[in-house]
Amino acid sequence: MPSRTPLLDERAFSRTLARMASEIVERSGGTEELVLVGIQRRGVELADRLKRLIDTSEDSNLPCGKLDITLYRDDLQTIGPRPVVGETSLPDLDGKTVVIVDDVLYTGRTVRAALDECADFGRPRRILLCVLIDRGGRELPIQADVVGTSVSTGPGDRVDVFVSELDGRDAVEIVRGK
Amino acid sequence: MSAPSLGKDLVGLEPLSAEQIQLILDTAEPFKEVSERAIKKVPALRGKTIVNLFFEASTRTRISFEFAEKRLSADTVNVAAVGSSVSKGETLVDTAKNLEAMRIDMVVIRHGSSGAAQFLGQRIRSNVINAGDGKHEHPTQGLLDMLTLRDRFGRIKGLKVAICGDILHSRVARSNIWGLTKLGAEVGVCGPASLLPRHVEELGVTILPRIEDAIQWADALNVLRLQLERMQAGFLPSLREYNRVFGITNERLARAPKDLLILHPGPMNRGVEIDSDVADGPHSVILPQVTNGVAVRMAVLYLLAGGSPHWAGRGDER
Repeated sequence: MPSRTPLLDERAFSRTLARMASEIVERSGGTEELVLVGIQRRGVELADRLKRLIDTSEDSNLPCGKLDITLYRDDLQTIGPRPVVGETSLPDLDGKTVVIVDDVLYTGRTVRAALDECADFGRPRRILLCVLIDRGGRELPIQADVVGTSVSTGPGDRVDVFVSELDGRDAVEIVRGK
Repeated sequence: MSAPSLGKDLVGLEPLSAEQIQLILDTAEPFKEVSERAIKKVPALRGKTIVNLFFEASTRTRISFEFAEKRLSADTVNVAAVGSSVSKGETLVDTAKNLEAMRIDMVVIRHGSSGAAQFLGQRIRSNVINAGDGKHEHPTQGLLDMLTLRDRFGRIKGLKVAICGDILHSRVARSNIWGLTKLGAEVGVCGPASLLPRHVEELGVTILPRIEDAIQWADALNVLRLQLERMQAGFLPSLREYNRVFGITNERLARAPKDLLILHPGPMNRGVEIDSDVADGPHSVILPQVTNGVAVRMAVLYLLAGGSPHWAGRGDER
Protein backbone atom coordinates (compact mmCIF):
# COMPACT_ATOMS: atom_id res chain seq x y z
CA MET A 1 0.00 0.00 0.00
CA PRO A 2 1.56 3.36 -0.97
CA SER A 3 1.50 5.84 1.91
CA ARG A 4 1.12 9.60 1.53
CA THR A 5 2.93 11.95 3.89
CA PRO A 6 2.87 15.74 3.83
CA LEU A 7 6.20 17.50 3.30
CA LEU A 8 5.07 21.13 3.06
CA ASP A 9 1.70 22.46 4.14
CA GLU A 10 0.26 25.76 2.99
CA ARG A 11 2.20 27.92 5.44
CA ALA A 12 5.49 26.11 4.99
CA PHE A 13 4.95 26.35 1.23
CA SER A 14 4.62 30.13 1.31
CA ARG A 15 7.53 30.57 3.77
CA THR A 16 9.69 28.45 1.48
CA LEU A 17 8.77 30.48 -1.59
CA ALA A 18 9.50 33.75 0.21
CA ARG A 19 12.97 32.50 1.17
CA MET A 20 13.61 31.26 -2.37
CA ALA A 21 12.60 34.66 -3.75
CA SER A 22 15.13 36.51 -1.63
CA GLU A 23 17.81 33.91 -2.35
CA ILE A 24 17.29 34.40 -6.09
CA VAL A 25 17.83 38.13 -5.74
CA GLU A 26 20.91 37.54 -3.56
CA ARG A 27 22.43 34.97 -5.89
CA SER A 28 21.93 37.13 -8.95
CA GLY A 29 23.04 40.34 -7.27
CA GLY A 30 19.82 42.32 -7.74
CA THR A 31 17.01 42.32 -10.26
CA GLU A 32 18.87 43.99 -13.14
CA GLU A 33 18.85 41.78 -16.23
CA LEU A 34 17.05 39.04 -14.28
CA VAL A 35 14.62 36.74 -16.12
CA LEU A 36 12.51 33.94 -14.61
CA VAL A 37 11.62 30.96 -16.77
CA GLY A 38 9.18 28.32 -15.53
CA ILE A 39 9.18 24.78 -16.87
CA GLN A 40 5.73 23.50 -17.87
CA ARG A 41 3.60 22.54 -15.94
CA ARG A 42 3.96 23.59 -12.32
CA GLY A 43 7.24 25.41 -12.79
CA VAL A 44 5.26 28.07 -14.66
CA GLU A 45 3.02 28.79 -11.67
CA LEU A 46 5.99 28.76 -9.27
CA ALA A 47 7.95 31.19 -11.47
CA ASP A 48 4.94 33.47 -11.53
CA ARG A 49 4.66 33.38 -7.71
CA LEU A 50 8.38 34.09 -7.32
CA LYS A 51 8.10 36.98 -9.77
CA ARG A 52 5.29 38.55 -7.73
CA LEU A 53 7.22 38.10 -4.48
CA ILE A 54 10.37 39.64 -5.94
CA ASP A 55 8.48 42.45 -7.69
CA THR A 56 6.79 43.39 -4.39
CA SER A 57 9.95 43.46 -2.33
CA GLU A 58 12.28 44.92 -4.95
CA ASP A 59 9.81 47.20 -6.73
CA SER A 60 10.73 45.57 -10.05
CA ASN A 61 8.83 44.14 -12.99
CA LEU A 62 10.67 40.97 -13.91
CA PRO A 63 10.19 39.42 -17.34
CA CYS A 64 8.82 35.92 -16.95
CA GLY A 65 8.75 33.15 -19.57
CA LYS A 66 7.57 29.60 -19.90
CA LEU A 67 9.30 26.65 -21.40
CA ASP A 68 7.97 23.29 -22.55
CA ILE A 69 10.85 20.88 -22.92
CA THR A 70 8.86 18.03 -24.46
CA LEU A 71 10.49 18.41 -27.87
CA TYR A 72 13.95 18.38 -26.29
CA ARG A 73 13.48 15.18 -24.31
CA ASP A 74 15.78 12.21 -24.92
CA ASP A 75 13.12 9.57 -24.30
CA LEU A 76 10.57 9.99 -27.13
CA GLN A 77 11.23 6.35 -28.06
CA THR A 78 10.72 4.95 -24.58
CA ILE A 79 7.71 6.86 -23.31
CA GLY A 80 6.17 7.90 -26.60
CA PRO A 81 4.90 11.38 -27.39
CA ARG A 82 3.15 13.36 -24.69
CA PRO A 83 -0.49 13.89 -25.55
CA VAL A 84 -0.19 17.63 -25.83
CA VAL A 85 2.90 19.78 -25.90
CA GLY A 86 2.56 22.94 -23.80
CA GLU A 87 3.29 26.51 -24.75
CA THR A 88 6.79 27.95 -24.94
CA SER A 89 7.12 31.74 -24.80
CA LEU A 90 10.35 33.33 -23.75
CA PRO A 91 11.44 36.94 -23.36
CA ASP A 92 14.81 38.01 -24.74
CA LEU A 93 17.50 35.92 -23.01
CA ASP A 94 20.65 37.46 -24.51
CA GLY A 95 23.02 38.68 -21.83
CA LYS A 96 20.50 38.04 -19.05
CA THR A 97 20.70 36.12 -15.81
CA VAL A 98 18.11 33.42 -16.42
CA VAL A 99 16.59 31.56 -13.48
CA ILE A 100 15.03 28.26 -14.53
CA VAL A 101 12.23 27.38 -12.13
CA ASP A 102 10.80 23.89 -11.67
CA ASP A 103 8.83 22.12 -8.98
CA VAL A 104 10.85 18.91 -8.50
CA LEU A 105 14.47 18.15 -9.37
CA TYR A 106 15.04 14.42 -9.80
CA THR A 107 17.12 12.79 -12.56
CA GLY A 108 18.20 16.14 -14.03
CA ARG A 109 17.08 15.18 -17.52
CA THR A 110 14.36 17.83 -17.67
CA VAL A 111 16.91 20.49 -16.73
CA ARG A 112 19.37 19.20 -19.32
CA ALA A 113 16.62 19.59 -21.94
CA ALA A 114 15.72 23.06 -20.63
CA LEU A 115 19.37 24.18 -20.90
CA ASP A 116 19.51 22.99 -24.51
CA GLU A 117 16.26 24.76 -25.33
CA CYS A 118 17.40 28.03 -23.71
CA ALA A 119 20.57 27.88 -25.78
CA ASP A 120 18.44 27.81 -28.95
CA PHE A 121 16.67 31.00 -27.88
CA GLY A 122 19.68 33.11 -27.04
CA ARG A 123 22.86 33.39 -25.05
CA PRO A 124 22.17 34.17 -21.40
CA ARG A 125 25.08 35.58 -19.42
CA ARG A 126 24.35 33.08 -16.70
CA ILE A 127 21.73 30.42 -15.93
CA LEU A 128 20.63 29.50 -12.39
CA LEU A 129 18.44 26.61 -11.39
CA CYS A 130 15.77 27.05 -8.75
CA VAL A 131 13.59 24.14 -7.56
CA LEU A 132 10.98 23.81 -4.86
CA ILE A 133 11.93 20.20 -4.02
CA ASP A 134 15.24 18.43 -4.58
CA ARG A 135 14.48 14.74 -4.25
CA GLY A 136 17.96 13.39 -5.09
CA GLY A 137 18.41 10.56 -7.61
CA ARG A 138 20.39 12.52 -10.22
CA GLU A 139 21.41 10.74 -13.42
CA LEU A 140 23.31 13.73 -14.81
CA PRO A 141 25.85 16.12 -13.26
CA ILE A 142 23.30 18.85 -12.54
CA GLN A 143 22.66 20.73 -9.32
CA ALA A 144 20.25 23.40 -8.17
CA ASP A 145 21.39 26.85 -7.01
CA VAL A 146 18.28 27.66 -5.02
CA VAL A 147 16.40 24.83 -3.29
CA GLY A 148 13.17 25.04 -1.30
CA THR A 149 13.48 21.72 0.52
CA SER A 150 15.60 18.63 0.03
CA VAL A 151 14.22 15.20 0.70
CA SER A 152 15.67 11.80 0.01
CA THR A 153 13.47 9.43 -1.95
CA GLY A 154 13.69 6.10 -3.71
CA PRO A 155 12.82 5.32 -7.32
CA GLY A 156 9.44 3.89 -6.29
CA ASP A 157 8.43 7.09 -4.52
CA ARG A 158 6.61 10.07 -5.98
CA VAL A 159 6.65 13.73 -5.00
CA ASP A 160 3.34 15.48 -5.63
CA VAL A 161 3.39 19.27 -5.80
CA PHE A 162 0.03 21.04 -5.63
CA VAL A 163 -0.37 24.72 -6.48
CA SER A 164 -3.56 26.62 -5.82
CA GLU A 165 -3.81 27.96 -9.41
CA LEU A 166 -4.19 24.42 -10.77
CA ASP A 167 -5.03 22.22 -7.80
CA GLY A 168 -6.90 24.50 -5.41
CA ARG A 169 -4.28 24.31 -2.66
CA ASP A 170 -0.56 24.74 -2.00
CA ALA A 171 1.10 21.60 -0.67
CA VAL A 172 3.86 19.08 -1.24
CA GLU A 173 3.31 15.41 -0.41
CA ILE A 174 5.46 12.33 -0.71
CA VAL A 175 3.91 9.11 -1.85
CA ARG A 176 6.13 6.24 -0.72
CA GLY A 177 6.03 3.28 -3.11
CA LYS A 178 6.55 0.58 -0.52
CA MET B 1 -5.25 6.26 -18.39
CA SER B 2 -4.45 5.76 -22.03
CA ALA B 3 -3.86 8.53 -24.52
CA PRO B 4 -5.00 7.96 -28.08
CA SER B 5 -2.18 7.03 -30.42
CA LEU B 6 -2.05 7.09 -34.19
CA GLY B 7 -0.67 3.61 -34.76
CA LYS B 8 2.03 2.97 -37.34
CA ASP B 9 0.82 4.79 -40.44
CA LEU B 10 -1.32 7.75 -41.45
CA VAL B 11 -3.18 6.52 -44.52
CA GLY B 12 -6.27 8.68 -44.29
CA LEU B 13 -8.74 10.33 -41.97
CA GLU B 14 -11.41 7.70 -42.60
CA PRO B 15 -9.83 5.12 -40.26
CA LEU B 16 -9.15 7.67 -37.49
CA SER B 17 -11.42 8.38 -34.53
CA ALA B 18 -12.54 11.88 -33.58
CA GLU B 19 -10.15 11.69 -30.59
CA GLN B 20 -7.18 10.86 -32.83
CA ILE B 21 -7.98 13.75 -35.18
CA GLN B 22 -8.37 16.06 -32.20
CA LEU B 23 -5.01 14.85 -30.86
CA ILE B 24 -3.25 15.80 -34.10
CA LEU B 25 -4.88 19.24 -34.21
CA ASP B 26 -4.03 19.90 -30.53
CA THR B 27 -0.45 18.73 -31.04
CA ALA B 28 -0.11 21.06 -34.04
CA GLU B 29 -0.76 24.16 -31.88
CA PRO B 30 2.65 24.33 -30.14
CA PHE B 31 4.41 23.45 -33.40
CA LYS B 32 3.10 26.68 -34.95
CA GLU B 33 5.29 28.55 -32.48
CA VAL B 34 8.42 26.55 -33.37
CA SER B 35 8.28 27.96 -36.91
CA GLU B 36 8.17 31.51 -35.48
CA ARG B 37 11.42 31.09 -33.49
CA ALA B 38 14.70 32.58 -34.58
CA ILE B 39 16.15 29.06 -34.59
CA LYS B 40 13.33 27.11 -36.22
CA LYS B 41 14.42 23.72 -35.01
CA VAL B 42 13.78 21.35 -32.14
CA PRO B 43 15.63 18.07 -31.61
CA ALA B 44 12.55 15.84 -31.25
CA LEU B 45 13.28 13.60 -34.27
CA ARG B 46 17.06 13.75 -34.18
CA GLY B 47 18.56 10.64 -35.75
CA LYS B 48 15.39 9.68 -37.64
CA THR B 49 15.72 9.19 -41.38
CA ILE B 50 12.72 10.07 -43.51
CA VAL B 51 12.29 9.46 -47.23
CA ASN B 52 9.91 11.62 -49.23
CA LEU B 53 8.84 9.36 -52.06
CA PHE B 54 6.97 11.40 -54.64
CA PHE B 55 5.59 9.62 -57.68
CA GLU B 56 3.48 12.64 -58.68
CA ALA B 57 4.30 16.30 -59.10
CA SER B 58 4.06 18.37 -55.94
CA THR B 59 5.59 21.60 -54.76
CA ARG B 60 3.67 22.73 -51.73
CA THR B 61 3.14 19.38 -50.05
CA ARG B 62 6.67 18.11 -50.61
CA ILE B 63 8.31 21.31 -49.41
CA SER B 64 5.94 21.53 -46.46
CA PHE B 65 6.83 17.97 -45.39
CA GLU B 66 10.50 18.72 -45.88
CA PHE B 67 10.34 21.83 -43.69
CA ALA B 68 8.40 19.91 -41.05
CA GLU B 69 11.01 17.14 -41.04
CA LYS B 70 13.96 19.52 -40.91
CA ARG B 71 12.41 21.63 -38.14
CA LEU B 72 12.13 18.43 -36.08
CA SER B 73 15.84 17.65 -36.82
CA ALA B 74 15.15 14.52 -38.89
CA ASP B 75 17.43 13.61 -41.80
CA THR B 76 15.54 13.66 -45.07
CA VAL B 77 16.00 12.34 -48.57
CA ASN B 78 13.77 13.21 -51.50
CA VAL B 79 13.10 10.62 -54.17
CA ALA B 80 11.18 11.67 -57.25
CA ALA B 81 9.93 8.97 -59.58
CA VAL B 82 11.48 10.68 -62.58
CA GLY B 83 15.22 10.07 -62.59
CA SER B 84 15.05 7.17 -60.14
CA SER B 85 14.97 3.44 -60.77
CA VAL B 86 11.18 3.71 -60.77
CA SER B 87 11.52 4.92 -64.34
CA LYS B 88 13.41 1.68 -65.05
CA GLY B 89 10.37 -0.34 -64.03
CA GLU B 90 11.05 -1.10 -60.38
CA THR B 91 7.91 -1.84 -58.36
CA LEU B 92 6.77 0.32 -55.48
CA VAL B 93 7.47 -2.37 -52.90
CA ASP B 94 10.94 -3.08 -54.28
CA THR B 95 11.79 0.61 -54.19
CA ALA B 96 10.61 0.88 -50.59
CA LYS B 97 12.30 -2.36 -49.49
CA ASN B 98 15.58 -1.12 -50.92
CA LEU B 99 15.22 2.16 -49.08
CA GLU B 100 14.42 0.25 -45.93
CA ALA B 101 17.58 -1.82 -46.39
CA MET B 102 19.42 1.49 -45.93
CA ARG B 103 17.77 1.73 -42.49
CA ILE B 104 15.17 4.43 -42.81
CA ASP B 105 12.44 5.17 -40.25
CA MET B 106 9.60 6.79 -42.17
CA VAL B 107 8.28 7.14 -45.69
CA VAL B 108 6.13 10.01 -46.91
CA ILE B 109 4.50 8.88 -50.13
CA ARG B 110 2.59 10.64 -52.90
CA HIS B 111 1.31 8.29 -55.56
CA GLY B 112 -1.16 8.36 -58.46
CA SER B 113 -2.91 5.15 -57.41
CA SER B 114 -5.58 5.12 -54.72
CA GLY B 115 -4.51 2.80 -51.91
CA ALA B 116 -0.77 3.05 -52.56
CA ALA B 117 0.03 4.33 -49.05
CA GLN B 118 -1.91 1.59 -47.31
CA PHE B 119 -0.44 -1.06 -49.62
CA LEU B 120 3.06 0.12 -48.75
CA GLY B 121 2.35 0.47 -45.03
CA GLN B 122 1.32 -3.17 -44.85
CA ARG B 123 4.56 -4.29 -46.46
CA ILE B 124 7.32 -2.32 -44.77
CA ARG B 125 8.28 -1.76 -41.15
CA SER B 126 8.77 1.99 -41.44
CA ASN B 127 5.99 4.43 -40.64
CA VAL B 128 4.14 5.47 -43.78
CA ILE B 129 2.44 8.84 -44.23
CA ASN B 130 0.10 9.38 -47.14
CA ALA B 131 0.84 12.65 -48.93
CA GLY B 132 -1.95 12.01 -51.46
CA ASP B 133 -2.85 8.75 -53.19
CA GLY B 134 -4.88 8.92 -56.39
CA LYS B 135 -8.49 9.90 -55.70
CA HIS B 136 -8.44 8.36 -52.23
CA GLU B 137 -7.17 10.71 -49.48
CA HIS B 138 -4.74 13.51 -48.68
CA PRO B 139 -5.00 13.41 -44.90
CA THR B 140 -2.53 16.16 -43.98
CA GLN B 141 -4.34 18.56 -46.32
CA GLY B 142 -7.63 17.70 -44.64
CA LEU B 143 -6.03 18.27 -41.24
CA LEU B 144 -4.51 21.63 -42.15
CA ASP B 145 -7.86 22.78 -43.55
CA MET B 146 -9.49 21.78 -40.27
CA LEU B 147 -6.79 23.51 -38.22
CA THR B 148 -7.32 26.70 -40.24
CA LEU B 149 -11.09 26.51 -39.73
CA ARG B 150 -10.60 25.94 -36.00
CA ASP B 151 -8.22 28.92 -35.78
CA ARG B 152 -10.82 31.24 -37.31
CA PHE B 153 -14.05 29.92 -35.79
CA GLY B 154 -12.70 28.51 -32.52
CA ARG B 155 -14.44 25.20 -33.18
CA ILE B 156 -15.25 22.61 -35.86
CA LYS B 157 -18.46 21.23 -34.41
CA GLY B 158 -21.55 22.73 -36.00
CA LEU B 159 -19.67 24.57 -38.76
CA LYS B 160 -21.10 24.41 -42.26
CA VAL B 161 -18.34 23.83 -44.77
CA ALA B 162 -19.08 23.70 -48.51
CA ILE B 163 -16.51 21.95 -50.67
CA CYS B 164 -16.79 23.35 -54.18
CA GLY B 165 -15.61 22.13 -57.55
CA ASP B 166 -14.19 18.86 -58.78
CA ILE B 167 -15.25 16.51 -55.98
CA LEU B 168 -15.00 13.43 -58.19
CA HIS B 169 -11.23 13.50 -58.63
CA SER B 170 -10.38 15.12 -55.32
CA ARG B 171 -8.58 13.33 -52.49
CA VAL B 172 -8.66 16.64 -50.64
CA ALA B 173 -12.47 16.56 -50.70
CA ARG B 174 -12.54 13.02 -49.30
CA SER B 175 -10.16 13.75 -46.45
CA ASN B 176 -12.12 16.89 -45.59
CA ILE B 177 -15.45 15.06 -45.67
CA TRP B 178 -14.19 12.30 -43.36
CA GLY B 179 -12.41 14.59 -40.94
CA LEU B 180 -15.03 17.33 -40.72
CA THR B 181 -17.98 14.98 -40.27
CA LYS B 182 -16.16 13.03 -37.56
CA LEU B 183 -15.63 16.25 -35.62
CA GLY B 184 -19.28 17.22 -35.97
CA ALA B 185 -19.23 19.75 -38.83
CA GLU B 186 -21.82 19.75 -41.58
CA VAL B 187 -20.34 19.29 -45.03
CA GLY B 188 -21.89 20.31 -48.32
CA VAL B 189 -20.55 19.58 -51.78
CA CYS B 190 -21.11 21.80 -54.78
CA GLY B 191 -20.04 21.24 -58.37
CA PRO B 192 -21.18 20.24 -61.82
CA ALA B 193 -23.05 16.94 -61.77
CA SER B 194 -20.33 15.42 -63.96
CA LEU B 195 -17.77 16.15 -61.22
CA LEU B 196 -19.75 14.82 -58.24
CA PRO B 197 -19.16 11.17 -57.31
CA ARG B 198 -22.22 8.97 -57.52
CA HIS B 199 -23.88 8.34 -54.14
CA VAL B 200 -21.74 11.05 -52.51
CA GLU B 201 -24.64 11.77 -50.14
CA GLU B 202 -23.95 8.39 -48.50
CA LEU B 203 -20.85 9.98 -46.96
CA GLY B 204 -23.23 12.15 -44.94
CA VAL B 205 -22.90 15.32 -47.01
CA THR B 206 -25.49 17.72 -48.40
CA ILE B 207 -25.53 18.23 -52.16
CA LEU B 208 -25.68 21.90 -53.11
CA PRO B 209 -26.51 22.00 -56.82
CA ARG B 210 -25.66 25.64 -57.49
CA ILE B 211 -22.80 27.77 -56.21
CA GLU B 212 -25.39 30.31 -55.03
CA ASP B 213 -26.85 27.60 -52.78
CA ALA B 214 -23.42 26.92 -51.27
CA ILE B 215 -22.87 30.64 -50.62
CA GLN B 216 -26.25 30.95 -48.89
CA TRP B 217 -25.72 27.82 -46.79
CA ALA B 218 -22.09 27.80 -45.68
CA ASP B 219 -19.82 29.38 -43.05
CA ALA B 220 -16.75 28.54 -45.13
CA LEU B 221 -16.05 27.54 -48.72
CA ASN B 222 -13.23 25.16 -49.54
CA VAL B 223 -12.69 25.84 -53.22
CA LEU B 224 -10.96 22.96 -54.98
CA ARG B 225 -8.61 23.25 -57.88
CA LEU B 226 -10.19 22.35 -61.19
CA GLN B 227 -7.89 19.57 -62.31
CA LEU B 228 -7.22 20.84 -65.81
CA GLU B 229 -5.34 17.67 -66.69
CA ARG B 230 -8.70 15.89 -66.57
CA MET B 231 -10.38 18.29 -68.99
CA GLN B 232 -9.71 16.06 -71.99
CA ALA B 233 -12.14 13.50 -70.63
CA GLY B 234 -15.04 15.82 -71.44
CA PHE B 235 -16.25 16.51 -67.91
CA LEU B 236 -16.81 20.17 -68.70
CA PRO B 237 -17.78 22.11 -71.81
CA SER B 238 -15.22 24.89 -71.22
CA LEU B 239 -13.28 26.74 -68.53
CA ARG B 240 -15.12 29.97 -69.34
CA GLU B 241 -18.43 28.29 -68.75
CA TYR B 242 -17.18 26.72 -65.52
CA ASN B 243 -16.11 30.13 -64.24
CA ARG B 244 -19.42 31.66 -65.25
CA VAL B 245 -21.50 29.00 -63.45
CA PHE B 246 -19.31 27.87 -60.54
CA GLY B 247 -16.53 30.46 -60.16
CA ILE B 248 -16.19 32.18 -56.77
CA THR B 249 -16.45 35.90 -57.46
CA ASN B 250 -16.86 38.93 -55.24
CA GLU B 251 -20.24 39.64 -56.87
CA ARG B 252 -21.49 36.22 -55.79
CA LEU B 253 -20.01 36.52 -52.29
CA ALA B 254 -21.63 39.93 -51.83
CA ARG B 255 -24.99 38.17 -51.78
CA ALA B 256 -23.99 35.86 -48.91
CA PRO B 257 -25.91 36.37 -45.65
CA LYS B 258 -22.57 36.53 -43.75
CA ASP B 259 -18.85 36.81 -44.45
CA LEU B 260 -17.59 33.48 -45.74
CA LEU B 261 -14.14 32.16 -45.01
CA ILE B 262 -12.44 31.12 -48.26
CA LEU B 263 -10.05 28.16 -48.35
CA HIS B 264 -8.22 26.71 -51.35
CA PRO B 265 -5.70 23.84 -51.21
CA GLY B 266 -3.66 25.25 -54.09
CA PRO B 267 -2.39 25.51 -56.70
CA MET B 268 -5.04 27.99 -57.82
CA ASN B 269 -6.34 28.54 -61.32
CA ARG B 270 -7.07 32.23 -60.97
CA GLY B 271 -10.07 33.23 -63.01
CA VAL B 272 -11.35 29.66 -63.25
CA GLU B 273 -12.58 28.29 -59.92
CA ILE B 274 -11.69 31.44 -57.98
CA ASP B 275 -11.26 35.06 -58.96
CA SER B 276 -8.12 36.93 -58.00
CA ASP B 277 -9.91 39.54 -55.92
CA VAL B 278 -11.42 36.74 -53.80
CA ALA B 279 -8.18 34.79 -53.49
CA ASP B 280 -6.35 37.94 -52.36
CA GLY B 281 -9.32 39.34 -50.46
CA PRO B 282 -9.87 39.86 -46.74
CA HIS B 283 -11.72 36.57 -46.17
CA SER B 284 -9.17 34.36 -47.87
CA VAL B 285 -7.08 32.13 -45.58
CA ILE B 286 -5.18 30.49 -48.39
CA LEU B 287 -1.75 31.51 -47.11
CA PRO B 288 -2.53 30.75 -43.43
CA GLN B 289 -3.47 27.28 -44.69
CA VAL B 290 0.04 26.88 -46.05
CA THR B 291 1.56 28.04 -42.75
CA ASN B 292 -0.62 25.60 -40.82
CA GLY B 293 0.43 22.81 -43.17
CA VAL B 294 3.93 22.76 -41.72
CA ALA B 295 2.62 22.63 -38.13
CA VAL B 296 0.16 19.83 -38.89
CA ARG B 297 2.85 17.78 -40.62
CA MET B 298 5.23 18.31 -37.70
CA ALA B 299 2.51 17.04 -35.37
CA VAL B 300 1.88 13.94 -37.49
CA LEU B 301 5.59 13.13 -37.79
CA TYR B 302 6.11 13.65 -34.07
CA LEU B 303 3.15 11.50 -33.05
CA LEU B 304 4.03 8.66 -35.43
CA ALA B 305 7.72 8.70 -34.46
CA GLY B 306 6.82 8.15 -30.83
CA GLY B 307 5.65 4.83 -32.12
CA SER B 308 4.59 3.02 -29.03
CA PRO B 309 0.82 2.63 -28.85
CA HIS B 310 1.40 1.79 -25.19
CA TRP B 311 2.14 5.29 -24.13
CA ALA B 312 3.20 5.18 -20.51
CA GLY B 313 0.61 7.74 -19.47
CA ARG B 314 2.73 9.33 -16.78
CA GLY B 315 2.96 13.03 -17.31
CA ASP B 316 5.45 14.07 -14.68
CA GLU B 317 8.36 11.64 -14.44
CA ARG B 318 11.69 13.32 -14.06
